[in-house]
Amino acid sequence: MPMDEITLDQAGQEHDHKPGFFTRWFFSTNHKDIGTLYLIFALIAGIIGYALSGLIRWELAEPGIGPLTMFVAGEGDAAVEAAKHFYNTVITYHGLIMIFFMVMPALIGGFGNWFVPLMIGAPDMAFPRMNNISFWLTAAAFILLMISMFVPGGSAGNGFGGGWVLYPPLSGLKGHPGPAMDLVILSLHTAGIASILGAINFIVTILNMRAPGMTIHKMPLFAWSMLITAILLLLALPVLAGALTMLLTDRNFGSQFFVPEGGGDPVMFQHLFWFFGHPEVYIMILPAFGIISHIVSTFSRKPIFGYLGMAYAMVAIGFIGFIVWAHHMYTVGMNLDLKAYFVAATMVIAVPTGIKIFSWIATMWGGSIEFKVPMLWAIGFIFLFTIGGVTGVMLANAGIDHILHDTYYVVAHFHYVLSLGAVFGLFAAWYYWFEKMFGVKYNERIGQVHFWLMFVGSNVIFFPQHFLGLHGAPRRYVDMAEGFQMWNAVSSWGYVITLVATAVFFVGLVEAMVRRRKAEANPWGEGATTLEWTLSSPPPFHQFNTLPVVKSEGGH
Amino acid sequence: MRALLTLLLTGLAAGTAHAARPEEGALGLQPAATRIMERLHFFHGFVMVFLTAVVILVLGLLVWVMVRYNRKSNDEPRRFSHNTLVEVVWTVVPVVILVLIAIPSFPNLYYQDAEPDLDKIAQSGDLDDPNVYPEAAEKGWLTVKAQGNQWNWTYQYPDFVDDAGYAMEFVSNPLHVGLSDDPAHTQDAPRNLAVDYPMVVPANRYIRYQTTASDVIHSWTVPSFGVKTDAIPGKLNQGWFLVEEPGVYYGQCSELCGVNHAFMPIEVRVVPEDQFDRWAETMMEGDYDAAAEIVAEIEPLDEEATRLAAAQ
Repeated sequence: MPMDEITLDQAGQEHDHKPGFFTRWFFSTNHKDIGTLYLIFALIAGIIGYALSGLIRWELAEPGIGPLTMFVAGEGDAAVEAAKHFYNTVITYHGLIMIFFMVMPALIGGFGNWFVPLMIGAPDMAFPRMNNISFWLTAAAFILLMISMFVPGGSAGNGFGGGWVLYPPLSGLKGHPGPAMDLVILSLHTAGIASILGAINFIVTILNMRAPGMTIHKMPLFAWSMLITAILLLLALPVLAGALTMLLTDRNFGSQFFVPEGGGDPVMFQHLFWFFGHPEVYIMILPAFGIISHIVSTFSRKPIFGYLGMAYAMVAIGFIGFIVWAHHMYTVGMNLDLKAYFVAATMVIAVPTGIKIFSWIATMWGGSIEFKVPMLWAIGFIFLFTIGGVTGVMLANAGIDHILHDTYYVVAHFHYVLSLGAVFGLFAAWYYWFEKMFGVKYNERIGQVHFWLMFVGSNVIFFPQHFLGLHGAPRRYVDMAEGFQMWNAVSSWGYVITLVATAVFFVGLVEAMVRRRKAEANPWGEGATTLEWTLSSPPPFHQFNTLPVVKSEGGH
Repeated sequence: MRALLTLLLTGLAAGTAHAARPEEGALGLQPAATRIMERLHFFHGFVMVFLTAVVILVLGLLVWVMVRYNRKSNDEPRRFSHNTLVEVVWTVVPVVILVLIAIPSFPNLYYQDAEPDLDKIAQSGDLDDPNVYPEAAEKGWLTVKAQGNQWNWTYQYPDFVDDAGYAMEFVSNPLHVGLSDDPAHTQDAPRNLAVDYPMVVPANRYIRYQTTASDVIHSWTVPSFGVKTDAIPGKLNQGWFLVEEPGVYYGQCSELCGVNHAFMPIEVRVVPEDQFDRWAETMMEGDYDAAAEIVAEIEPLDEEATRLAAAQ
């Protein structure tokens, strides 16, 4: 079909005609509406995941098993026994929800759907109906996971309590014979299909639907980050699906892939899982990398420093991410030379990551920085991600990891890169694009209070966990041994601070929705150079009926 | 004077014997009880120098750009977006740092993970080399197998075989499981760390430990030894350690293994060789309680305080 014909076809929709409520939100094929659905979904899942982490911190605030006994049946010691299993399910579902149903849907489904087409000058995603299926499969997957919490896991109680890594034999018939684990498998299969379809959609959209003149080396870094993320998803998720299927047939059809008494090998599951699991952590952080680049550039009023280096640093991180997986398994009894290889490969990741950190700072260097709320989150991200990154260098060394593995040091490390990394990136994006997405302005002061409370609170939660881990406090313990009390109490008080921060976040959201201050097309001024700022806020239901032409100057 | 010094050192040794457990409010690694852990102490400190420098550098640069290049101080942004020199520097310098970290990292890893050749050490080991123990090497290996079960540890000593050919073996149960009838926790029985029948090994002997499991995956560790090895059903893993100083050392299961994961602690009593022999003999007779009584008080070493104790 010739190009001008498309323009003609869509001329009748210039008046921004939107379908009725049910059609619009349940059969949606519009990338912006689907993005909004994903964000609402992630918000709901995030509240549940965050509440679960509250139970963890509440339980660990004092020695003994106390608070959790209120949530289980029985009295006295029976309640304590039930609470032990309940604690294991809480940590398991906290991890699964935060990874698969909060960070991924928000960053990829939410901001990716919203802004990849806008940034590359496309009218929509390449496969709008597939986009709709992706979202509803994700929602279905979440419902499966929620159901699994309330059906029998094993003799110990409801739900699966074997950790988000699902290691057999604990996740096999021996550990959790009940249907809860089968539901977890089906949930992750469904979420995996949703993500694979979404990944295909992003790859095709980004490769084929960029505006005329926007070569791949002029594409905004957020689109770059989503392209790499989508490729990682496409390559990693089928491996998880394979491992999950083997687990499913082990549990239900008598196969023995991971059953030692049948000649199977539980360690093989760990290899398959982490072949997915390690790229997965980059899947969660790369979109945030892209977002941070735009925010830093916008509020410094300067073009991104080292654009090509930034893009190919992400490519390098994505590639190396596939060849370092066994650094999660240094203690399984691996061949010594193999460990040495994984040490070396893992440490290499620090180089492209360092390039990104320093390039962000160089983008600010010489700039004219304005400390609006998104910029606060972005600067917070850079600093805290650096802390999480350097502890990653420590953990990369198998020698010291032998004692730090499965301790709170690891918990502190990955929360610094994900909770204070990916989630700070999420909030940065939320405030950066709030006006663009919702057509109203947020309250600057409330946003700043939210940032500072969250910055202090999450550091108080996670920094002391380094001390606990160095001193040998193991992960996934419902009741810590003598000697680990003080820092656990501090950590739990940090959670209370984040509770206040979260309340402030919702106050800010409600305030913005009630006051309805009129949004501007581009509230950030000359620093905001990507295409979404050329459109109204919110953008028209169908944008770019006439494709924008990108002139040949600058990086993007 | 010498007697006083010995007394002082013995006092210190007694102190370290009880120091190998978590200390409230501690910031760092547990004190080293083995050469493996001592090397990890050094390695951790060494790497922390670089990590701290990097964090301070990034923080310093961030503060500098925030102060110098905010809208008030610098209204007119510059437009540069490339500088080949700094890009090369921030690629090469991290590479150099990583190489510097790798230099002690790999020898450390091979020291821990490769089983030492005791014959070679006994013949040609240097008495002044802290990494090898020629006198201990002459005595050969003592093997202990730790089998993880839901939720306790079975310790087997294959070097001690009874007339029927069975190796000495016993189950080590936790004292505390979070329930109301748990015994009180005391200095000798710290909460969630103490067990009924501890693993016992002689001081200054090369110990080969093996791990496996009977049901799900567990992980056997003693932080102050610097060792952690998963106990996996259908698989036999192994490692080694040598503890110089008698004492009680604690660890906790380090792979999520189900309901009572937090309640399957590891207690290792390291005792002088002759005390160990008496314990093992009594265990072989089947009198576990009498054997436990023998190692309830840990006797001091005959010789002077060891190198590690002196270092602390």
